[in-house]
Amino acid sequence: MYATLYAKEKLYGLDKRMVTLTIDGKFVRTESRTSLLEAARTLGIAIPTLCYHEALKPYGACRLCVVEIEKHGRSKLVTSCNYPAEDGLVVFTSNERVMRTRRMLMELLLARCPDVPTIRRLAETMGVRASRFGHQAKERCILCGLCVRVCEEIVGVSAIGFADRGTSRQVSTPLGLASDVCIGCGSCTYICPTGCIEMVGKPGPPGSREMIMADLALKPCPADYHCETCPIDQGFLDEIRTAIRGFREALGKCSDARLPSLYKPQAQILRNEAYFSVRRNDEE
Amino acid sequence: MKRIESPSDLQALREGILFKRDPDQKVVRVCCTTACRAGGALHVVEALRKGLGDRGLSDKIQIKKTGCRGFCENGPVVAVEPEQLFYNKVKPRDVPDIIDKTLVGGDPVERLLYADPDTKEKIAKEHDIPFFGKQARHVFAKTGRIDPTQIDDYIAEGGYTALCTALTTMAPGQIIRAVEVSGLRGRGGGGFPTGKKWRTCRQAPGMVKYVIANGDEGDPGAFMDRSLMEGDPHSILEGMIIGAYAIGAHEGFIYVRDEYPIAVEHLTIAIDQAAAYGLLGFNILGSGFDLTIRINRGGGAFVCGESTALMNSLEGKVGEPRAKYVHTVESGLWNRPSALNNVETWANIPLIINRGAERYAQIGTAGSKGTKIFSLVGKVRNTGLVEVPMGISLREIVYDIGGGIRKGKRLKAVQTGGPSGGCIPSGKIDMPVDYDSLKALGAIMGSGGMIVMDENTCMVDVAKYFIGFLMYESCGKCVPCREGLKQMHHILSGICEGHGKAEDIELLTRLSVTMSDASLCALGGTAPNPVLSTIRYFRDEYEAHIFDRRCRAGVCRNLFEYYIDETLCNGCTVCSMKCPEGAISGEKKQPHTIDVGRCIRCGVCYTLCKREAVRVR
Repeated sequence: MYATLYAKEKLYGLDKRMVTLTIDGKFVRTESRTSLLEAARTLGIAIPTLCYHEALKPYGACRLCVVEIEKHGRSKLVTSCNYPAEDGLVVFTSNERVMRTRRMLMELLLARCPDVPTIRRLAETMGVRASRFGHQAKERCILCGLCVRVCEEIVGVSAIGFADRGTSRQVSTPLGLASDVCIGCGSCTYICPTGCIEMVGKPGPPGSREMIMADLALKPCPADYHCETCPIDQGFLDEIRTAIRGFREALGKCSDARLPSLYKPQAQILRNEAYFSVRRNDEE
Repeated sequence: MKRIESPSDLQALREGILFKRDPDQKVVRVCCTTACRAGGALHVVEALRKGLGDRGLSDKIQIKKTGCRGFCENGPVVAVEPEQLFYNKVKPRDVPDIIDKTLVGGDPVERLLYADPDTKEKIAKEHDIPFFGKQARHVFAKTGRIDPTQIDDYIAEGGYTALCTALTTMAPGQIIRAVEVSGLRGRGGGGFPTGKKWRTCRQAPGMVKYVIANGDEGDPGAFMDRSLMEGDPHSILEGMIIGAYAIGAHEGFIYVRDEYPIAVEHLTIAIDQAAAYGLLGFNILGSGFDLTIRINRGGGAFVCGESTALMNSLEGKVGEPRAKYVHTVESGLWNRPSALNNVETWANIPLIINRGAERYAQIGTAGSKGTKIFSLVGKVRNTGLVEVPMGISLREIVYDIGGGIRKGKRLKAVQTGGPSGGCIPSGKIDMPVDYDSLKALGAIMGSGGMIVMDENTCMVDVAKYFIGFLMYESCGKCVPCREGLKQMHHILSGICEGHGKAEDIELLTRLSVTMSDASLCALGGTAPNPVLSTIRYFRDEYEAHIFDRRCRAGVCRNLFEYYIDETLCNGCTVCSMKCPEGAISGEKKQPHTIDVGRCIRCGVCYTLCKREAVRVR
């Protein structure tokens, strides 16, 4: 997978030793610096995640994938999505300390987004039905950053990013104005685990979007523009291609006529839940 | 400026500077760093210049704008040498007296001398003042003496000798060994052994490596890094050049927060002057070693003091931490091995090389060597910067150096380590101050903030303040820190407003464990410390807030009321006249009463009453 390639070569250097570690009492042999999450998944051990996606660099924001590791006789909690496999590591993916931490994190998320089905469902699988915390918000966004990262790493335009910090952090376009680099591909909508980004057609000229699309879309291409060999899931690429093709075709028409077709492709890729890693964990 | 090509050139330059100086010349040193400037130090300098010019003494008496002496409480401070007189709270109008009496007449100006607060006895010399007596100023030895904008001053005081020794007589491995033997630990907060960090960085694969100085000091009430950068920038540069040579780095960065304009200015001047002398740039001192150092100004985010967030910020990205499972000494700035140290750590390096590691290690305790600069603030008489040997007791810092608690109140707690630190109760103030003892007490050394609190401090309110600060300064990337701090602040606010619930303490403790276990970076990981340490030592206060709805310190407005002790009140009517709500009534020379219903608990009567008849219940 792309993330495996990235994690090993870009993030951690070209260290390709094989290492043996223990996850929940089972031995696993894997390339060094594979993430613990991937190593656990090869063993069929499910670890819940919210901000992780195979196509993107690990981010470590939701902290739900915490596992306990033992090294040199000392134990600590680490996030499995970005902790590299090491020789002799002993990993516990669901002991009491880990589960206690995950339940507390779910309570925190539930207090933030009490009405989001994804969060409710995930919390219930861990036995959390209500949050003890008093500060209850009605947010839908959990700030996992998937949309921001897909826009930067896959689409390559960084039309959206994080604005503000701390408790007022939010996903936004620069200065909250309509983005002039967005290609309208819909990837953000597609990848959002809580469904809080929606595509709505707006009247008015798409403005400078036109020039950006042709050159800069998919710029940091992991497969050097050979889509056949691309490590990213082909279905996802198809969706982006559809969106971009629709956008290109629409450019030939006048502004009034192209609007409906401009937003049509994106309507089809709303919330493709195959990419929704939480759902996958539930099924496993 | 002539380029210095070799150690002998530097020696010749130093001798030349000293030869030109007249040892008997009178020097007036005026502290011109942030605190004293705020008190009008620049006007004092201007008045001195004008006064000396008018009297035709400009050539005979030298005025030096120096760095911080640490006695910021009494600024602006002026020192006259060679008489070694030390004047406090000098205003421009005092300047004629200083010139006529001291500089011309040779007598001290009595009213400007430091007066002992108890005996009122005047103390003329700096080292006789108790505030300075117990300090061990090694890192701060030159600040307050040299003009930080003159490299010649630094060289005249023996500056850059450590660099000569390191570059010409020591191999990189020997330098690292020396730093390891010295036992120096990071002064920025973590306390990681510096030598070990450097060794790992040297051994990390990669041709390009970086040295970085962290000057993004952001703790409330801490300003030692600022004073060091303002007062002695060359010591930081010298340490960085030695470190870069030891590690094998040819590029360095100093990350300073933009709120420190004088620090930025002085560092910029220092870098330019060092480069002009050839102490930075290509072939330093003829050794063949190259290094460039650049300054990067931070945008004011507290979290950018965290190493990975700082590096992200240096790279031009948003200052957010990233996972440190692969350490920054192996993959830091632009994924290259990077040695990041606090500016105070860097300033310790020349000392280690000059004195020798073994001699350096003689100061301090088993696990913590050398001296540490603390910014002593809060309800203590002498606030300012103090440099003390590791292992000194808190009592000595608070009572001997700090002069005790203001207005004769009782000490309640000392908060160390900045917002992520902990509160040490008054019962533990005989504990030595070093990395390990503070950690055992539930506090941290941190970067060296030390806030002294008296009996009128509510510890729940203190915890709420620090959690509020961290909530505002959290980058918001990870869930436990962002959401955890928000909930923590909500719970603490509830307790302070009188809506505390029985299960709150338990929930706070559990949330704290999750936050310290699962947060992405040290900010979130240490954020629960103020809550945990106050619960540990002041649980009774939390319980009084929650169960009795009482704040005994008289801080949380919903949880106390003022009353007048009839046996103490003499009916002076000051309180009733000043009460903004007219809530106090009573006849002259008769005991007064407070109408609790109308009282808004502003505390005016409490502060004004000389007989302490206004009480809290």
